[in-house]
Amino acid sequence: MERHIGVRLVKDMAFKGLICLLAFASALPLFLILYYITKNGIAVIDWSFLLNLPRPIGETGGGIASAIVGTMMLIILSGVISIPFGIATGIYLSENKEGKLSNTVRLCVIVLQGTPSIVIGIIAYIWVVAPLKTFSAISGGIALSIMMLPVIIKTTEETLKLIPYHLKEASLALGVPYYKTILKVILPAGLSGITTGILLSVARITGETAPLLFTAFGNQFMNLNILKPIDSLPYRIFYYAMSPYPEWHTFAWGASFILVIFTLAFNLIARGISAKWKIQF
Amino acid sequence: MENTVLRVENFSAYFGDNKILKEINFTVTKNIVAALMGPSGCGKTTLIRCVNRMHELIPGAKVSGKMYLNDHDIYGMEPIVLRRMVGMVFQKPNPFPTMSIYDNVIAGYKLNGLRRPKDEFDNIVEQSLKKAALWDEVKNALHRKGTFLSGGQQQRLCIARALAMNPEILLLDEPTSALDPKSTSQIEELFVELKQNVTMLLVTHNIAQAARVSDVTAFIYLGELVESGPTEKMFTVPKDKRTEEYLTGKFG
Amino acid sequence: MSKNKSSAGIDGSEKRFSRILTASGAFIVVLLIAVFVTLFMSAIPAIKKFGLSFFISTSWNATAESFGALPFLVGTLLTSLLAIVIAIPFSIAISIFLGEYFKEGAISNFLRSAVEVLAGIPSVIYGLWGVFLLVPLVRSLELKLGVIPHGVGILTSSLILAIMVIPFSASLGREVISLVPGDLKEAAYSLGATRFEVMTNIVIPYARSGIIAGILLAFGRAIGETMAVTMLIGNSSFLPTSIFSPANTMASVIANQFSEATGIVASSLIYIALVLFLVTTIVNIVGNYVIRKIGIEASKEVT
Repeated sequence: MERHIGVRLVKDMAFKGLICLLAFASALPLFLILYYITKNGIAVIDWSFLLNLPRPIGETGGGIASAIVGTMMLIILSGVISIPFGIATGIYLSENKEGKLSNTVRLCVIVLQGTPSIVIGIIAYIWVVAPLKTFSAISGGIALSIMMLPVIIKTTEETLKLIPYHLKEASLALGVPYYKTILKVILPAGLSGITTGILLSVARITGETAPLLFTAFGNQFMNLNILKPIDSLPYRIFYYAMSPYPEWHTFAWGASFILVIFTLAFNLIARGISAKWKIQF
Repeated sequence: MENTVLRVENFSAYFGDNKILKEINFTVTKNIVAALMGPSGCGKTTLIRCVNRMHELIPGAKVSGKMYLNDHDIYGMEPIVLRRMVGMVFQKPNPFPTMSIYDNVIAGYKLNGLRRPKDEFDNIVEQSLKKAALWDEVKNALHRKGTFLSGGQQQRLCIARALAMNPEILLLDEPTSALDPKSTSQIEELFVELKQNVTMLLVTHNIAQAARVSDVTAFIYLGELVESGPTEKMFTVPKDKRTEEYLTGKFG
Repeated sequence: MSKNKSSAGIDGSEKRFSRILTASGAFIVVLLIAVFVTLFMSAIPAIKKFGLSFFISTSWNATAESFGALPFLVGTLLTSLLAIVIAIPFSIAISIFLGEYFKEGAISNFLRSAVEVLAGIPSVIYGLWGVFLLVPLVRSLELKLGVIPHGVGILTSSLILAIMVIPFSASLGREVISLVPGDLKEAAYSLGATRFEVMTNIVIPYARSGIIAGILLAFGRAIGETMAVTMLIGNSSFLPTSIFSPANTMASVIANQFSEATGIVASSLIYIALVLFLVTTIVNIVGNYVIRKIGIEASKEVT
């Protein structure tokens, strides 16, 4: 009888040990990746890297300025499109908890969220690149905005659902029209949650490459024209990484370092806002 | 007739096919506290919400009959216009969390885009907070957000917010049921002074509160207005048997 | 005695505002339908030419204008399934670790943050890391095993996919496990069970459907993953013969070949995209349905 218990206790400890081992092992790749990015990336980074344009094959030096600017432009473009639609749809869903249309919309949001980014890239190609007969920043912006929409819609809906009904009532009882109540009372109360959602979705698309492969396409030159191809950090990393030139490989690490910093920064700011601006009811 | 602020004539209210209020007839005269009392679910909250047409916000809600606010047909006017003439205080204090105390008081103006010169707003804020007996406690913190206030203070802020619009009648839906006894009695004292300024229609499930603060009481049971009259009389010599049973605690 | 309509209590501006909101919602539905229709229409030339035999044909030959998607279907299935198989033990371990053993505290926060950061690293960076650090490793493994040392191929892609997919299913699993009612566990402990026994006999069976849903959603993610796979799979349009073969997945063949494709090639690639879209949609709908049934909000943490 005692031996039996002993065996069980050993099993218990072994299981716990195994779980801990596997769990920490999963975190290992993270450190490996961050370590190599930092190690290889930092060596490349200097002001020349950040401020110069890429140089053609054969020439040494150059930088990723076009990519950094391009990424920012794409973020702005896709934000301009997706933020209004996303918030409006989020408000719609939180105000219409049931009903055929709202349930259908929710289903569509789930489907859109799970759609592979390469498929969205193809859609943007067919809708924008083919008719305009050129790769362009706007097509990349549209592709990215389709990817941002589900996250913004979801977080807006979730945030607004948490706002107590009596706040709306107080405003309506003062004779404030419904739309003003939503815009001036409810939305401000949910601002932190909505902003967090926006920042998280920006963090997500900053690193997306697949939708840009046949839309924004990449550009060695600085470009602010939305109807022309535009560079971006992820695209540049891809391009450099797949090239046969060792110097370009180091550039890929450097660009990765910058990209990871951007992504982490957006994530941290989002979490920070979520904690600090939280409103108590 | 000139003294009547609210006149309810043969008024019924429905949720879908459910008749919640049955042909209510009732009047409220100027500068009194009128209490609506009755067991939970009797329809008193529905009645008060019909006065500022908040009842209609629920899908499937219907009404019939007439209500007059100072001779204006309540159901013949634009709801937003009506609601600016009627003030409402809710069961749970609900100051706007993103606005300062100052902005909360004049929220009715600001949200409706009604502009006034700054000193007029300052005056409105001070007067309203004084009427709500909150001025002394917050006069040095007007630009802080109202969430640091206690429950009782928050409720007085909501009262100030409603008063700032100079309503013709102030509706109060169980305003003290979420508050502690001390705050409750502070607000009940407030009612006594307040009625000189504004007419009040109060819903309460607390019989003792109705007895303490109101001049006129109406007893609502199962959607019917069973009896109404001067408070003292109703509580000492109720005319209807149901009223007597309610007052003696036989139900709800 | 007139009965007023209930909408009279709501003012005219609400109607306008409501219409704008409804239009916005409807727009999303329209968008999704447009996506499907676009893919379908653009794939029609290929559908017409190859029909359903597209999926059993293995040739991908531009000159012969004969295209079949079987190599890519196999590539996708192999990489995704292998990735899931590799990821499951780790992701369940994390779920149990965070959902049961270390629900709070510094270690919990540490691991939870690590998982979150892992989830946020862009795919292309995983690819980059894979190219320079994973490929040499696999290459030396292949040399040891006497296989052609491509370095890239199914195995390498599966490994990187596994790493990418772990945070996704772990976060879901953790939620499900931490939601197991305390009194169930207490009943088991009061009968003298060890923690291990409570886990395996009570908690995991109870959380089973949530864990499966997490795996399903992770599978859906793996199928659609593009960049890291593209960089590590070797871009071969032939049917893979072993896990060391270079190959292509549905997503990676599109990434590799679409920008220069025209005519029937482009249409075939879009046909593949259509299939990819349908498969991920079904997997996601099923996964989300299961999650909703067990009543938790899945994509809160990792999107």
